[in-house]
This record gives sequence, C-alpha cells and structure tokens, in this order.
Amino acid sequence: MKNICKYLSIALLCLLPAFAHAGEAKDLAADPVLEKRMIGLADKLRCLVCQNESLASSHAELAEDLRREVRELMKKGMTDDEIKDYLVARYGDFVLYEPPFKPYTVLLWIGPFALLFAGLAGLVLQLRKRKQAAPETQLSTEDAQRADELLHSKDTQA
Amino acid sequence: MKRFWPFILFVVLAGFLYVGLYLNPREVPSPLINKPAPMFTLAQLHEPSKQFSPSEMKGKVWLLNVWASWCVSCREEHPVLMALAERNIVPIYGLDYKDKREDGLGWLAKGGNPYTMSMSDSEGRIGIDYGVYGVPETYVIDKEGIIRYKQIGPVTPDSLRETILPLVAELQAK
Repeated sequence: MKNICKYLSIALLCLLPAFAHAGEAKDLAADPVLEKRMIGLADKLRCLVCQNESLASSHAELAEDLRREVRELMKKGMTDDEIKDYLVARYGDFVLYEPPFKPYTVLLWIGPFALLFAGLAGLVLQLRKRKQAAPETQLSTEDAQRADELLHSKDTQA
Repeated sequence: MKRFWPFILFVVLAGFLYVGLYLNPREVPSPLINKPAPMFTLAQLHEPSKQFSPSEMKGKVWLLNVWASWCVSCREEHPVLMALAERNIVPIYGLDYKDKREDGLGWLAKGGNPYTMSMSDSEGRIGIDYGVYGVPETYVIDKEGIIRYKQIGPVTPDSLRETILPLVAELQAK
C-alpha cells in the first residue's frame, strides 16, 4: 500500500510541469504572422511615455493601446508606411526611432559628419603648418661633434 | 585670438548644456497644432444615452481637457479648472480617458465638476486620435474647430494667465 502511494505521488509529481508553462502575453494576437509583423514595426516606433523604449518592448498602458491600434490597422490592410504616417499625424516624428530627413533635422543627420570633417580638416591644416614652421635643419660638423661629446660625456657619467 | 579658441568652444558647449537643463524631455510637440480637431462621437459621461461630437462646437472657442480619475496630476489641476469654470470665460469639455464610468462620475461628484460636459473614452481610442500620451492634456480649439494650442500636463495658474486665456480672448475676438 505504502509503495503504491509512493509511486502514485511520483507519477503525479511528474505531471507537474504540465501546469508550469508560461502564460502567454496578454495581448498576443491570435494570428502569429500578424503579431510578428506588428512587433517588427513596433520595434521602430518609440513608446511615448517611456524614456527611450520601443513600442514593442514597453509594458506601459499607452504602448499596449498603440500596439492594439497597429494590429487593427494591419488587419484593415494598411501597409507599414501608412501606419507610420497614421501615428506621425497624431504624435509627430517623435514616434519614429529613425527621424525623417527634413530641413530641421539636417543638423541631426549631417552634424556628426560635419564635425568629423571639421576635425580632420583642422588636423591636416595644423600638420601642414607645423611642417612649414619647422623645416629640417642640417647640422654643421662642429655642432655634430659637440652633440656627440655631450652624449658621450653623459654616457660615462652613468 | 588663437589661445581663446578653447575658451570660446567651452562657452558654446556650456551654452548648449545650460539650455538643455531647462528642456523637458517628456514634452512631445504636437503635430495637431493648427490642424482640425479630430472628429469623434462619444457617449456623454453623465447621460450615456446622449452623444457628443466636436462638430456641435462650431462657432465657439472651447477647451478640451483630457482627464481621468486615476490621474494624479489631474488633482493638482482640478482647483485651477474649477476656478476657471466659475469665471465663465470659456466652456471646458472633459474627455474622461481610459476610465471606468462610475470612477469618473465618483471623482467629479467628490471633487466638483468644472466641465460643461464630459465624454467617456473608456478604450482610449479618441485619446490616440488626439495624440494623448500623458494625462492631463488640454486643447484650445477655435471657432472653426482648429486646435490652436495644446497644454501637456496640468494647467497651472501661470499657464492659464500667460498663454491659454490670452489665446482664448484672441480667438474669441476673431
């Protein structure tokens, strides 16, 4: 009897993992293809209420609402670009992780390269100037001898 | 001149950083300014059988205030709105955002109701159309139904006196 109990409890314990599977995310759509597309797009969109988190990874309530919205727009047959435009019309370019190239974003896109080139140009100019300022000099034999002596004397001291 | 260059660079950089200290990284400029207020039809909070649509407000300057019973900053803003409503300058319409109807009604019954009317946006869909990302938010909408200003975060006595009321007066005079 005792043994039966033991084996039964072991068998029951073996069944435990069946209940241990992780609950699925609350708002996972029934359609995995659509969900994948939605996450792919949401990765390029910014969660507005978080500091630097994408719409795909955020658990903020607004992010959940916006994911639902994106999912529904996709079901309506809108393309990714159309959905982006839809969100930009409401929240501005800030929702895009990759800001568009516009007159007021020129500094953002060009700025780092402009700084790099300015730095390189400065360096080249400086190096050229230095070359002109200090032309190579030829030592006279006397000077060479003196230098040699100085070096030699230091050597013996050590 | 040459040796002043590092100093000039430092001053420029310090200038940028100083200005940066006073910028609000959470503030997202709304693309809806000077655009028509998005249309919607929503059930009224107090009488859900009746509906409200911004088209009814043609010819009037009005404020659309997005609030919720769960919103902490709304508590800060509430007395300011109450005082404004008493002055009868401009009608305030409330959008009860992502809130349960009874919670919204309870909060108005307890704290006072500054709104001419409130609408119930329990799903937050109209909020998305208006680009709401943090409550409270307040929109100034002109006679043509164009959004002229958006206040992000609570309306303060300062923002009311310096920005919102002068703008309302200007729009009403048109």
